[in-house]
Amino acid sequence: MAEMTANGEVPEILFWVGCSGSFDDRAKKITKAIVKILNKCDVKFAVLGAEESCTGDPAKRAGNEFLYQMQAMQNIEVLNGYEIKKIVTGCPHCFNIMKNEYPELGGNYEVIHHTQLIQSLIADGKLQMKEGETFKGKRITFHDPCYLGRGNNVYEAPREMLQKLDAELVEMRKCKAKGTCCGAGGAQMFKEAENGDKEVNVLRTEEALETKPNIIATGCPFCNTMMTDGVKNKNEEENVDVIDVAELIATAADL
Amino acid sequence: MISIIIFSILLIIGFGYFAVNANKIRTNILMGRDVDRSDNKGERFKVMSLIALGQKKMFKRPIPAVLHLCLYVAFIITQIELIEIIADGLSGEHRVFRSSLGAFYTFMISFIEILSVLAFVATFIFLLRRNMIKVPRLNMKEMKGWPKLDGNMILFMELILVTFIFMMNGADEVLYNRGLSHAEQLNDESFGFAVSQFVGPALFGGMSESSLHLIERIGWWGHIVMVFTFLNYLPFSKHFHIILAFPNTYFSNLNPQGQFTNMDAVMKEVKLMMDPDADPYAEPEEPEGEPQRFGAKDVEDLTWKNLLDSYTCTECGRCTSNCPANRTGKLLSPRKIMMDTRDRLEEKGKGIRKNGKDYDDGKSLLNDYITEEELWACTTCNACVEACPVNIDPLSIIMDMRRYLVMEESKVPTELAGMTSNIENNGAPWQFSPDDRLNWKDED
Repeated sequence: MAEMTANGEVPEILFWVGCSGSFDDRAKKITKAIVKILNKCDVKFAVLGAEESCTGDPAKRAGNEFLYQMQAMQNIEVLNGYEIKKIVTGCPHCFNIMKNEYPELGGNYEVIHHTQLIQSLIADGKLQMKEGETFKGKRITFHDPCYLGRGNNVYEAPREMLQKLDAELVEMRKCKAKGTCCGAGGAQMFKEAENGDKEVNVLRTEEALETKPNIIATGCPFCNTMMTDGVKNKNEEENVDVIDVAELIATAADL
Repeated sequence: MISIIIFSILLIIGFGYFAVNANKIRTNILMGRDVDRSDNKGERFKVMSLIALGQKKMFKRPIPAVLHLCLYVAFIITQIELIEIIADGLSGEHRVFRSSLGAFYTFMISFIEILSVLAFVATFIFLLRRNMIKVPRLNMKEMKGWPKLDGNMILFMELILVTFIFMMNGADEVLYNRGLSHAEQLNDESFGFAVSQFVGPALFGGMSESSLHLIERIGWWGHIVMVFTFLNYLPFSKHFHIILAFPNTYFSNLNPQGQFTNMDAVMKEVKLMMDPDADPYAEPEEPEGEPQRFGAKDVEDLTWKNLLDSYTCTECGRCTSNCPANRTGKLLSPRKIMMDTRDRLEEKGKGIRKNGKDYDDGKSLLNDYITEEELWACTTCNACVEACPVNIDPLSIIMDMRRYLVMEESKVPTELAGMTSNIENNGAPWQFSPDDRLNWKDED
């Protein structure tokens, strides 16, 4: 972003990579898939790189409003400094907090989730799936991220994307507004679960496996981690892949 | 004449005692912090019409929804008959509306009778679901004791109410057939009510005139006494939802569920801290009123909407049966959060009414009712909020209590303390340097 500004350029959209997308090895692959799609469609985008910092979501959900607001205000200062108007992100937690909670602290942007952006690129004819039907005959089930689905009522964008794959989209018994959490939200990602008789991600993986899928599609790096661990826990990693919708589209479009 | 006096006294006590107790609940709710829900009146009215009046969210589970609808519609329509009972009771007349309303009267009472039969059947099935089939969400550990008894008492009272209606109408029908009813005898031989014209003769056909009058009076008085018993039971029961569902949905949170509240008190301090022009030696501004706690330790730290939520909860358990933490055996139950909030509020309200405004019983919602373990098990997934048929929000209570634990008592699970210190030090929940944020660009 700093480079673009130095060259007097203005990006159409800022790609907020997020901490998972920047540091987690699995999530970095999702980041790259999103970038491939943006490049393919000639979307003029920028990233903040070292100037990006945690949105403060895990701090806020863990009850630390001070730390959240300090993170948020720093980020808002950077974003406003670059006069950012529109943001896309691959993480529903970043998406939710910047869309809904930053405005009260002075950060007003149009924030969209990567599934919404990619869906609109496909709808505008800017991105075509290649012939050869990479996913023909595969059963795919979509796990709704809480902060995308229930949190912000985005249910259709990821599904419309998956329908372009020529695969069979199968819904879990508990999907959309009834969808079960993967177990990572509310800062649970960063701590051991309380005592119980099962891990939440195992419960959700069992619900996903009921649909006999070849692929569990996700739209959130945390869900991806939790479901991948869940599939391993069930010893199904040979048969079932956990893949972000952006990666599926990038593969199908041969990027 | 004596009966008119007795009836009037019953009416005054019935409504009066209810008003006293309802007002106590209102005072308790107003102990909460302020939150502005006075905006968007049109939208709010729409939400109330759909969710409370229209029962929209109930229909996610069709079987209990249909059964509940039978009871709900019967309850509302029966109030029309209640108007006549009150008019009769005060005037000493019998079926005072019948001659003037004619066919419409027959239609209305028939409608009420059919709904009453449906309600009777639904109530019976509800009792079976609670006690024989043992639907899991109605038999969890927070439902032991009073909540279980409360649930069953309501259902039994409803059975009794319906029974009295048919004693009243059935016996009166037989009397009318014989030309002995106290109702004005028109040029017909039957009231023609849909159910009691058959049930009456079948049950009471062979009885003497005096027995019939006795049964009719037992039904009539029994019904009105039960109505007032029921009304006055409400403020002590989870069943208060039949009234509070309406204001509670009207005052719903209209923001996206993912959006959590912003803490203005924190915002002032953080802004001051980050303002390069702020004078570090400046006298702190005089805070307006008493300083508030960060987050919630006890009921008065919650908003009045949280407290209204707690009285609206009818303990159906849809929240808990959808909670991922509860479904995996953790201690957290969103329904218990609501029940605890209400029980603590009742306790605190009683203490304050007895001992004055600053009364402190040394107890609090946190620890004495809700444990840290419950609070930390929440994934903030909003499944409980989504599931509630009357838009109760257990999550915002959980969040406010977490805020208190973290910001007032620094009680944080160790791993989370590590996560937050990472964010403070290197701007990410893990220990990575900000300079490595773009490494993905050059990796394969």
